[in-house]
Amino acid sequence: MSAGLTGHALAGHVASGQVLAGHVADKQSGEPFFFWLLAVVSVCAALGMIFMRKAVHSALLLATVMLSLAALYAIQDAPFLAFVQVIVYTGAVLMLFLFVLMLVGVSSTDSLVETIRGQRFWAAIGAIGFVALLAVGLGNAALGDSAGLKTANGDGNVVGLARLLFKDYVFAFEATSALLITAALGAMVLAHRERTEPKPTQRDLSKGRFLSGDHPGPLPGPGTYARHNAVDMPALLPDGTPSELSVNPIIAARTDTVERHVDLHGETEEEALGQDVAAVRAVTRESRDAGAESRVVKAGSPVAGAPSEGGAGGGSAGNEREGEAGQ
Amino acid sequence: MSPGHYLALSAILFTIGALGVLVRRNAIVVFMCVELMLNATNLAFVSFSRMHGELDGQIIAFFVMVVAAAEVVVGLAIIMTIFRTRRSSSVDDANLLKY
Repeated sequence: MSAGLTGHALAGHVASGQVLAGHVADKQSGEPFFFWLLAVVSVCAALGMIFMRKAVHSALLLATVMLSLAALYAIQDAPFLAFVQVIVYTGAVLMLFLFVLMLVGVSSTDSLVETIRGQRFWAAIGAIGFVALLAVGLGNAALGDSAGLKTANGDGNVVGLARLLFKDYVFAFEATSALLITAALGAMVLAHRERTEPKPTQRDLSKGRFLSGDHPGPLPGPGTYARHNAVDMPALLPDGTPSELSVNPIIAARTDTVERHVDLHGETEEEALGQDVAAVRAVTRESRDAGAESRVVKAGSPVAGAPSEGGAGGGSAGNEREGEAGQ
Repeated sequence: MSPGHYLALSAILFTIGALGVLVRRNAIVVFMCVELMLNATNLAFVSFSRMHGELDGQIIAFFVMVVAAAEVVVGLAIIMTIFRTRRSSSVDDANLLKY
Protein backbone atom coordinates (compact mmCIF):
# COMPACT_ATOMS: atom_id res chain seq x y z
CA MET A 1 0.00 0.00 0.00
CA SER A 2 2.71 2.42 0.95
CA ALA A 3 4.66 1.53 -2.19
CA GLY A 4 1.86 2.64 -4.49
CA LEU A 5 1.35 5.90 -2.71
CA THR A 6 5.07 6.53 -2.64
CA GLY A 7 5.08 5.97 -6.37
CA HIS A 8 2.37 8.60 -6.78
CA ALA A 9 4.37 11.03 -4.73
CA LEU A 10 7.42 10.27 -6.85
CA ALA A 11 5.54 10.88 -10.08
CA GLY A 12 4.20 14.18 -8.80
CA HIS A 13 7.57 15.22 -7.60
CA VAL A 14 9.39 14.33 -10.78
CA ALA A 15 6.85 16.29 -12.79
CA SER A 16 7.55 19.36 -10.67
CA GLY A 17 11.27 18.74 -10.91
CA GLN A 18 11.15 18.68 -14.66
CA VAL A 19 9.47 22.08 -14.70
CA LEU A 20 12.24 23.51 -12.59
CA ALA A 21 15.09 21.84 -14.36
CA GLY A 22 17.02 24.11 -16.56
CA HIS A 23 19.65 22.87 -18.93
CA VAL A 24 22.37 20.82 -17.41
CA ALA A 25 25.86 22.07 -17.98
CA ASP A 26 27.57 18.69 -17.95
CA LYS A 27 25.22 16.75 -20.10
CA GLN A 28 26.19 13.16 -20.61
CA SER A 29 24.71 10.96 -23.24
CA GLY A 30 23.01 7.93 -21.84
CA GLU A 31 22.65 9.41 -18.39
CA PRO A 32 18.81 9.34 -18.32
CA PHE A 33 18.79 5.66 -19.27
CA PHE A 34 21.20 4.70 -16.51
CA PHE A 35 19.52 6.98 -14.00
CA TRP A 36 16.08 5.48 -14.53
CA LEU A 37 17.44 1.94 -14.61
CA LEU A 38 19.37 2.39 -11.38
CA ALA A 39 16.58 4.35 -9.73
CA VAL A 40 14.06 1.59 -10.41
CA VAL A 41 16.51 -1.10 -9.31
CA SER A 42 17.50 0.69 -6.11
CA VAL A 43 13.96 1.62 -5.08
CA CYS A 44 12.69 -1.92 -5.75
CA ALA A 45 15.62 -3.41 -3.84
CA ALA A 46 15.10 -1.01 -0.95
CA LEU A 47 11.39 -1.90 -0.75
CA GLY A 48 12.28 -5.59 -0.93
CA MET A 49 14.79 -5.08 1.84
CA ILE A 50 12.02 -3.82 4.11
CA PHE A 51 9.50 -6.51 3.23
CA MET A 52 11.76 -9.57 3.13
CA ARG A 53 11.28 -11.64 6.26
CA LYS A 54 14.72 -13.21 6.26
CA ALA A 55 17.53 -10.96 7.35
CA VAL A 56 20.02 -12.45 4.87
CA HIS A 57 17.75 -11.54 1.95
CA SER A 58 17.53 -8.03 3.33
CA ALA A 59 21.31 -7.83 3.48
CA LEU A 60 21.70 -8.99 -0.13
CA LEU A 61 19.10 -6.48 -1.32
CA LEU A 62 20.91 -3.76 0.62
CA ALA A 63 24.04 -4.75 -1.31
CA THR A 64 22.06 -4.22 -4.54
CA VAL A 65 21.01 -0.75 -3.38
CA MET A 66 24.57 0.13 -2.44
CA LEU A 67 25.98 -1.06 -5.75
CA SER A 68 23.43 0.93 -7.74
CA LEU A 69 24.20 3.97 -5.62
CA ALA A 70 27.89 3.48 -6.42
CA ALA A 71 27.00 3.51 -10.10
CA LEU A 72 24.98 6.70 -9.56
CA TYR A 73 28.01 8.31 -7.92
CA ALA A 74 30.12 7.31 -10.90
CA ILE A 75 27.59 8.89 -13.25
CA GLN A 76 27.70 12.08 -11.22
CA ASP A 77 31.45 12.62 -11.62
CA ALA A 78 32.38 11.15 -8.24
CA PRO A 79 34.55 8.17 -9.18
CA PHE A 80 36.45 8.17 -5.89
CA LEU A 81 33.25 7.97 -3.86
CA ALA A 82 31.94 5.28 -6.19
CA PHE A 83 34.92 3.07 -5.49
CA VAL A 84 34.85 3.86 -1.78
CA GLN A 85 31.19 2.91 -1.78
CA VAL A 86 31.93 -0.44 -3.37
CA ILE A 87 34.99 -1.20 -1.25
CA VAL A 88 33.95 0.18 2.12
CA TYR A 89 30.20 -0.27 2.09
CA THR A 90 29.53 -3.28 -0.05
CA GLY A 91 32.84 -4.92 0.69
CA ALA A 92 33.44 -4.25 4.36
CA VAL A 93 30.33 -2.97 6.11
CA LEU A 94 27.91 -5.34 4.46
CA MET A 95 30.17 -8.34 4.98
CA LEU A 96 30.34 -7.34 8.65
CA PHE A 97 26.55 -7.40 8.66
CA LEU A 98 26.55 -10.85 7.13
CA PHE A 99 29.11 -12.09 9.66
CA VAL A 100 26.96 -10.88 12.55
CA LEU A 101 23.88 -12.40 10.92
CA MET A 102 25.61 -15.76 10.70
CA LEU A 103 26.74 -15.48 14.33
CA VAL A 104 23.31 -14.49 15.58
CA GLY A 105 21.64 -17.24 13.58
CA VAL A 106 20.32 -17.26 10.05
CA SER A 107 17.13 -18.97 11.11
CA SER A 108 15.97 -16.00 13.15
CA THR A 109 13.12 -14.34 11.31
CA ASP A 110 11.06 -11.39 12.35
CA SER A 111 7.89 -11.98 14.27
CA LEU A 112 4.90 -10.53 12.49
CA VAL A 113 3.07 -9.74 15.72
CA GLU A 114 2.66 -6.04 16.30
CA THR A 115 3.61 -5.11 19.84
CA ILE A 116 2.26 -1.62 19.38
CA ARG A 117 -1.22 -1.68 17.89
CA GLY A 118 -1.47 -0.06 14.48
CA GLN A 119 2.27 0.55 14.34
CA ARG A 120 2.65 -0.49 10.73
CA PHE A 121 -0.33 1.56 9.59
CA TRP A 122 0.88 4.70 11.30
CA ALA A 123 4.44 4.10 10.10
CA ALA A 124 3.15 3.93 6.52
CA ILE A 125 1.10 7.10 7.06
CA GLY A 126 4.17 8.82 8.46
CA ALA A 127 6.32 7.69 5.54
CA ILE A 128 3.81 8.98 3.01
CA GLY A 129 3.59 12.26 4.86
CA PHE A 130 7.36 12.55 4.97
CA VAL A 131 7.70 11.87 1.25
CA ALA A 132 5.00 14.45 0.54
CA LEU A 133 6.83 16.97 2.72
CA LEU A 134 10.12 16.35 0.93
CA ALA A 135 8.42 16.48 -2.46
CA VAL A 136 6.81 19.83 -1.67
CA GLY A 137 10.09 21.16 -0.36
CA LEU A 138 11.97 20.00 -3.44
CA GLY A 139 9.26 21.31 -5.74
CA ASN A 140 9.48 24.74 -4.18
CA ALA A 141 13.27 24.86 -4.14
CA ALA A 142 14.96 26.79 -6.90
CA LEU A 143 17.41 24.09 -7.83
CA GLY A 144 18.29 25.56 -11.18
CA ASP A 145 21.03 24.24 -13.38
CA SER A 146 23.69 21.77 -12.52
CA ALA A 147 27.03 23.51 -12.69
CA GLY A 148 28.91 20.31 -13.34
CA LEU A 149 32.25 19.23 -11.96
CA LYS A 150 34.37 19.72 -15.07
CA THR A 151 36.44 22.53 -13.56
CA ALA A 152 36.53 21.14 -10.03
CA ASN A 153 37.68 17.79 -11.38
CA GLY A 154 40.21 19.46 -13.67
CA ASP A 155 43.23 17.85 -12.02
CA GLY A 156 41.33 14.67 -11.42
CA ASN A 157 38.72 13.84 -8.85
CA VAL A 158 41.14 12.35 -6.33
CA VAL A 159 43.52 15.30 -6.51
CA GLY A 160 40.67 17.76 -6.02
CA LEU A 161 39.32 15.79 -3.06
CA ALA A 162 42.76 15.49 -1.49
CA ARG A 163 43.34 19.22 -1.86
CA LEU A 164 40.11 19.94 0.03
CA LEU A 165 40.56 17.17 2.57
CA PHE A 166 44.07 18.13 3.64
CA LYS A 167 43.56 21.89 3.45
CA ASP A 168 40.07 23.06 4.39
CA TYR A 169 38.86 19.94 6.16
CA VAL A 170 42.08 18.86 7.82
CA PHE A 171 40.72 19.33 11.32
CA ALA A 172 37.65 17.23 10.55
CA PHE A 173 40.00 14.66 9.05
CA GLU A 174 42.03 14.49 12.25
CA ALA A 175 38.87 14.28 14.32
CA THR A 176 37.87 11.35 12.11
CA SER A 177 41.00 9.49 13.11
CA ALA A 178 40.10 9.96 16.77
CA LEU A 179 36.60 8.72 16.02
CA LEU A 180 37.89 5.62 14.29
CA ILE A 181 40.25 4.77 17.15
CA THR A 182 37.43 5.27 19.63
CA ALA A 183 35.15 3.03 17.59
CA ALA A 184 37.78 0.29 17.33
CA LEU A 185 38.40 0.44 21.09
CA GLY A 186 34.69 0.45 21.79
CA ALA A 187 34.14 -2.60 19.61
CA MET A 188 36.99 -4.40 21.37
CA VAL A 189 35.60 -3.55 24.81
CA LEU A 190 32.09 -4.62 23.84
CA ALA A 191 33.19 -7.84 22.21
CA HIS A 192 35.54 -8.77 25.03
CA ARG A 193 34.32 -11.29 27.58
CA GLU A 194 36.14 -11.42 30.88
CA ARG A 195 37.17 -14.94 31.89
CA THR A 196 35.77 -15.59 35.35
CA GLU A 197 37.20 -19.07 35.82
CA PRO A 198 40.57 -20.56 34.86
CA LYS A 199 40.87 -21.90 31.36
CA PRO A 200 40.04 -25.64 31.30
CA THR A 201 43.01 -27.80 30.49
CA GLN A 202 42.90 -30.76 28.15
CA ARG A 203 42.68 -33.01 31.22
CA ASP A 204 39.61 -31.14 32.50
CA LEU A 205 37.97 -31.30 29.10
CA SER A 206 38.61 -35.03 28.83
CA LYS A 207 37.24 -35.68 32.32
CA GLY A 208 34.16 -33.67 31.60
CA ARG A 209 33.57 -35.56 28.38
CA PHE A 210 33.81 -39.03 29.89
CA LEU A 211 32.28 -38.41 33.32
CA SER A 212 29.12 -36.91 31.87
CA GLY A 213 28.12 -40.32 30.61
CA ASP A 214 27.27 -39.09 27.11
CA HIS A 215 28.65 -40.57 23.95
CA PRO A 216 32.28 -39.47 24.13
CA GLY A 217 33.18 -39.91 20.48
CA PRO A 218 32.38 -37.66 17.58
CA LEU A 219 28.82 -37.58 16.27
CA PRO A 220 28.08 -39.64 13.15
CA GLY A 221 28.85 -37.87 9.93
CA PRO A 222 26.03 -36.96 7.59
CA GLY A 223 25.32 -39.19 4.63
CA THR A 224 27.04 -42.33 5.89
CA TYR A 225 25.47 -45.36 4.18
CA ALA A 226 22.75 -43.08 2.85
CA ARG A 227 21.81 -42.31 -0.72
CA HIS A 228 23.94 -39.17 -0.85
CA ASN A 229 26.79 -37.80 1.15
CA ALA A 230 25.31 -34.32 1.27
CA VAL A 231 25.46 -32.53 4.61
CA ASP A 232 21.69 -32.48 4.92
CA MET A 233 21.27 -36.23 4.40
CA PRO A 234 21.05 -38.16 7.67
CA ALA A 235 23.37 -41.11 8.13
CA LEU A 236 21.81 -44.55 8.33
CA LEU A 237 22.56 -46.53 11.45
CA PRO A 238 23.35 -50.26 11.10
CA ASP A 239 19.74 -51.20 11.78
CA GLY A 240 18.67 -48.87 8.99
CA THR A 241 17.16 -46.03 10.95
CA PRO A 242 18.28 -42.54 10.07
CA SER A 243 20.39 -40.89 12.74
CA GLU A 244 19.15 -37.49 13.78
CA LEU A 245 22.48 -36.70 15.37
CA SER A 246 24.27 -36.75 12.03
CA VAL A 247 22.62 -33.61 10.64
CA ASN A 248 23.23 -30.09 11.88
CA PRO A 249 20.00 -28.92 13.56
CA ILE A 250 20.03 -25.65 11.64
CA ILE A 251 20.16 -27.56 8.35
CA ALA A 252 17.61 -30.09 9.55
CA ALA A 253 15.21 -27.28 10.37
CA ARG A 254 15.13 -26.22 6.73
CA THR A 255 12.39 -27.89 4.80
CA ASP A 256 13.43 -27.17 1.25
CA THR A 257 16.59 -29.24 1.28
CA VAL A 258 14.72 -32.29 0.02
CA GLU A 259 14.09 -30.80 -3.41
CA ARG A 260 17.78 -30.32 -4.04
CA HIS A 261 18.38 -34.05 -4.40
CA VAL A 262 17.42 -34.38 -7.99
CA ASP A 263 18.28 -38.01 -8.58
CA LEU A 264 15.57 -39.54 -6.45
CA HIS A 265 14.20 -41.15 -9.65
CA GLY A 266 10.79 -39.62 -9.20
CA GLU A 267 10.29 -41.02 -5.76
CA THR A 268 9.54 -39.02 -2.72
CA GLU A 269 12.18 -38.58 -0.10
CA GLU A 270 10.40 -40.97 2.25
CA GLU A 271 10.25 -43.74 -0.35
CA ALA A 272 13.90 -43.34 -1.25
CA LEU A 273 14.84 -43.36 2.42
CA GLY A 274 12.69 -46.43 2.92
CA GLN A 275 14.56 -48.21 0.16
CA ASP A 276 17.87 -47.26 1.68
CA VAL A 277 16.71 -48.48 5.06
CA ALA A 278 15.58 -51.78 3.59
CA ALA A 279 18.89 -52.24 1.75
CA VAL A 280 20.96 -51.56 4.84
CA ARG A 281 18.76 -53.85 6.93
CA ALA A 282 19.11 -56.66 4.42
CA VAL A 283 22.88 -56.30 4.31
CA THR A 284 23.29 -56.14 8.07
CA ARG A 285 21.02 -59.15 8.60
CA GLU A 286 22.90 -61.22 6.04
CA SER A 287 26.22 -60.17 7.43
CA ARG A 288 25.09 -60.99 10.94
CA ASP A 289 24.01 -64.44 9.80
CA ALA A 290 27.26 -64.89 7.96
CA GLY A 291 29.21 -63.57 10.89
CA ALA A 292 27.67 -66.18 13.13
CA GLU A 293 28.98 -68.92 10.87
CA SER A 294 32.46 -67.72 10.13
CA ARG A 295 34.57 -64.87 11.38
CA VAL A 296 36.20 -64.20 8.02
CA VAL A 297 36.04 -60.49 7.42
CA LYS A 298 36.28 -59.06 3.96
CA ALA A 299 36.73 -55.40 3.30
CA GLY A 300 34.03 -53.80 1.22
CA SER A 301 31.11 -51.45 1.32
CA PRO A 302 28.16 -53.19 2.93
CA VAL A 303 25.58 -51.13 1.08
CA ALA A 304 26.76 -50.62 -2.46
CA GLY A 305 28.53 -53.91 -3.02
CA ALA A 306 26.44 -57.04 -3.18
CA PRO A 307 26.75 -58.90 0.11
CA SER A 308 29.55 -61.34 -0.42
CA GLU A 309 29.59 -64.63 1.35
CA GLY A 310 32.01 -63.37 3.98
CA GLY A 311 30.06 -60.22 4.64
CA ALA A 312 31.17 -57.73 7.22
CA GLY A 313 30.82 -60.10 10.09
CA GLY A 314 33.29 -58.46 12.37
CA GLY A 315 31.89 -55.08 11.55
CA SER A 316 28.35 -55.81 12.54
CA ALA A 317 29.12 -56.08 16.22
CA GLY A 318 30.93 -52.78 16.12
CA ASN A 319 28.12 -51.20 14.15
CA GLU A 320 25.58 -52.35 16.66
CA ARG A 321 27.50 -50.70 19.44
CA GLU A 322 27.66 -47.54 17.41
CA GLY A 323 23.96 -47.71 16.77
CA GLU A 324 23.16 -47.93 20.45
CA ALA A 325 25.35 -44.98 21.17
CA GLY A 326 23.78 -42.99 18.42
CA GLN A 327 20.23 -43.52 19.61
CA MET B 1 19.35 14.81 -15.68
CA SER B 2 18.61 17.66 -13.31
CA PRO B 3 19.64 17.50 -9.65
CA GLY B 4 15.95 17.28 -8.79
CA HIS B 5 15.76 13.74 -10.08
CA TYR B 6 18.63 12.59 -7.92
CA LEU B 7 17.26 14.42 -4.91
CA ALA B 8 13.87 12.79 -5.41
CA LEU B 9 15.49 9.37 -5.56
CA SER B 10 17.46 10.23 -2.44
CA ALA B 11 14.28 11.35 -0.63
CA ILE B 12 12.47 8.14 -1.57
CA LEU B 13 15.33 5.92 -0.43
CA PHE B 14 15.59 7.86 2.82
CA THR B 15 11.88 7.43 3.46
CA ILE B 16 12.04 3.71 2.73
CA GLY B 17 14.89 3.43 5.22
CA ALA B 18 12.94 5.37 7.85
CA LEU B 19 9.89 3.18 7.25
CA GLY B 20 12.05 0.10 7.71
CA VAL B 21 13.40 1.43 11.01
CA LEU B 22 9.85 1.95 12.22
CA VAL B 23 8.46 -1.36 11.01
CA ARG B 24 11.12 -4.02 11.40
CA ARG B 25 11.86 -5.86 14.66
CA ASN B 26 15.17 -7.54 13.97
CA ALA B 27 17.87 -5.23 15.31
CA ILE B 28 20.24 -6.05 12.44
CA VAL B 29 17.64 -5.23 9.81
CA VAL B 30 16.86 -1.99 11.62
CA PHE B 31 20.56 -1.24 11.44
CA MET B 32 20.62 -1.97 7.73
CA CYS B 33 17.76 0.47 7.25
CA VAL B 34 19.78 3.14 9.07
CA GLU B 35 22.60 2.43 6.62
CA LEU B 36 20.15 2.89 3.75
CA MET B 37 19.18 6.30 5.14
CA LEU B 38 22.84 7.32 5.36
CA ASN B 39 23.39 6.19 1.79
CA ALA B 40 20.40 8.21 0.62
CA THR B 41 21.83 11.36 2.21
CA ASN B 42 25.15 10.60 0.56
CA LEU B 43 23.42 10.56 -2.80
CA ALA B 44 21.91 13.96 -2.01
CA PHE B 45 25.35 15.31 -1.04
CA VAL B 46 26.91 14.06 -4.26
CA SER B 47 24.11 15.61 -6.34
CA PHE B 48 24.50 18.92 -4.52
CA SER B 49 28.23 18.77 -5.13
CA ARG B 50 27.60 18.39 -8.84
CA MET B 51 24.92 21.07 -8.81
CA HIS B 52 27.22 23.67 -7.28
CA GLY B 53 30.31 22.58 -9.14
CA GLU B 54 32.28 22.21 -5.89
CA LEU B 55 33.77 19.10 -4.37
CA ASP B 56 32.76 19.95 -0.79
CA GLY B 57 29.65 17.82 -1.02
CA GLN B 58 31.73 14.79 -1.94
CA ILE B 59 34.00 15.46 1.05
CA ILE B 60 30.97 15.53 3.34
CA ALA B 61 29.72 12.30 1.80
CA PHE B 62 33.15 10.80 2.47
CA PHE B 63 32.95 11.83 6.13
CA VAL B 64 29.45 10.40 6.35
CA MET B 65 30.85 7.10 5.10
CA VAL B 66 33.60 7.15 7.73
CA VAL B 67 31.16 7.91 10.52
CA ALA B 68 28.80 5.22 9.23
CA ALA B 69 31.60 2.65 9.26
CA ALA B 70 32.50 3.54 12.85
CA GLU B 71 28.84 3.42 13.82
CA VAL B 72 28.38 0.00 12.25
CA VAL B 73 31.33 -1.41 14.15
CA VAL B 74 30.08 -0.22 17.53
CA GLY B 75 26.43 -0.93 16.79
CA LEU B 76 27.03 -4.50 15.68
CA ALA B 77 29.21 -5.08 18.74
CA ILE B 78 26.32 -3.88 20.92
CA ILE B 79 23.89 -6.17 19.08
CA MET B 80 26.27 -9.09 19.58
CA THR B 81 26.59 -8.31 23.30
CA ILE B 82 22.81 -8.13 23.73
CA PHE B 83 22.42 -11.35 21.77
CA ARG B 84 25.00 -13.06 23.97
CA THR B 85 23.19 -12.17 27.18
CA ARG B 86 19.56 -12.39 26.07
CA ARG B 87 19.74 -14.87 23.15
CA SER B 88 17.63 -12.60 20.97
CA SER B 89 18.24 -9.96 18.35
CA SER B 90 14.74 -8.53 18.46
CA VAL B 91 14.45 -4.91 19.51
CA ASP B 92 11.31 -5.74 21.48
CA ASP B 93 13.21 -7.97 23.88
CA ALA B 94 15.68 -5.31 24.96
CA ASN B 95 13.21 -3.61 27.31
CA LEU B 96 15.03 -3.86 30.61
CA LEU B 97 15.01 -0.08 31.09
CA LYS B 98 11.32 0.21 30.31
CA TYR B 99 9.90 0.59 33.82
